[in-house]
Amino acid sequence: MDVKRRNFLKIAGLSAVAGLGVPSAFHHLFDDAALAATHGEEHGAGAAEGKKEAGGHGGHNAESTLFQYGMVIDIKKFAEHKGLAEKCVSACHSEHNVPDFGNPKDEIKWIWVDDYEHGFTGYSQNKTKVGLNDLPVLLTCNHCANPPCVRACPTKATFKNEVGVVVMDFHRCIGCRFCMAACPYGARSFNWRNPREQYANGNYKFYKNGINPNYPTRMRGVVEKCNFCPERLAVGKLPACVEATGNTKAMVFGNINDPKSEIAQVLNSNFTIQRNPAAGTKPSVFYII
Amino acid sequence: MPMYDRGKVLTGLAIFVVVVTFPIWYNLVHAQHVPVPLLPKDVKQCVGKVDYMRTSHMELLNTWRDEVVRSENRKVIEVGGKQYVKSLQLGCMTCHPDRQKFCDECHTYAAVNLFCWDCHFQPKEKK
Repeated sequence: MDVKRRNFLKIAGLSAVAGLGVPSAFHHLFDDAALAATHGEEHGAGAAEGKKEAGGHGGHNAESTLFQYGMVIDIKKFAEHKGLAEKCVSACHSEHNVPDFGNPKDEIKWIWVDDYEHGFTGYSQNKTKVGLNDLPVLLTCNHCANPPCVRACPTKATFKNEVGVVVMDFHRCIGCRFCMAACPYGARSFNWRNPREQYANGNYKFYKNGINPNYPTRMRGVVEKCNFCPERLAVGKLPACVEATGNTKAMVFGNINDPKSEIAQVLNSNFTIQRNPAAGTKPSVFYII
Repeated sequence: MPMYDRGKVLTGLAIFVVVVTFPIWYNLVHAQHVPVPLLPKDVKQCVGKVDYMRTSHMELLNTWRDEVVRSENRKVIEVGGKQYVKSLQLGCMTCHPDRQKFCDECHTYAAVNLFCWDCHFQPKEKK
């Protein structure tokens, strides 16, 4: 068959128009209904997701637990009893085999002494009471009701247990230190060195050379912090630091969500402040200044 | 059919067989002793039956760990009137105080490395 160039171009042009036009026409005819249906579905899914986020675990406002262990630290009482704050630190660190390398770079601390100025940076430091910055202020993990470290942990090594304590499961920690970046209180320490390092005489480099054979150490590459002594609470004892304060009432420990508890009454009858409340973490450690 | 280089081929074959079977006869001569974990003399029962403990003690330990650390379930286990704490350091090691003879005996033989003792203290490791 002999096709003229002119005819060929005509047929090709028509085919192109038909090829482009017909499918889009089909789209218009048949897909309107289907399109509406999918849109509806998408909207529905979006709404469901939003709901889940609001009520779920990963939201920015974690629901507070019914039971929340907390602590009130009375700075005035620590001022009255000289050396009591150091005694508390010593009690905790000896109990938990916390290493002491004598080097601030490798320091591991569960509870430590600082001053008002550095503990409460969010508060005005202008014209504070004379002598306030000389008082020892005990700082530790705040066991927040809305803990940012728990959200940051990729392995759930740190989590909030049913009594409101932010616990470290040292077995699961992979040492990524996201939690340390997330914590606004600097309450977490990383084991840069083997916590089982020994002196030449074979003694462990533990705090004040003490050793508690009933409590394990950690290993290199693991983050650690205060756990509110769950192993002591389980046998009816108070946390080591609280026990060290004796009858001074410098530290009060208990369930802050139970209105009948001693700590709730202390909170009710005193003006207390918390560290960095603007972070929205809802700390469970309160200070009487 | 004639076999060329019969001597060389047969010698080579013999050497090959010896080399390939080397692990078998080497282990026949230098066999490791079968491990016999040291059991406590005066204690006759454990938290589980012998067969279960032998095959699944690691699962039991992991379950205990998760219950104690993660679920705050520290309920003491009672078997045959005796109470056991759910703990490696404070539970198991009270009846089995010798890590070398109880744990390492089999674990070395089976080449399964333990990491329990990276953190947990063994009873004799007081200093």
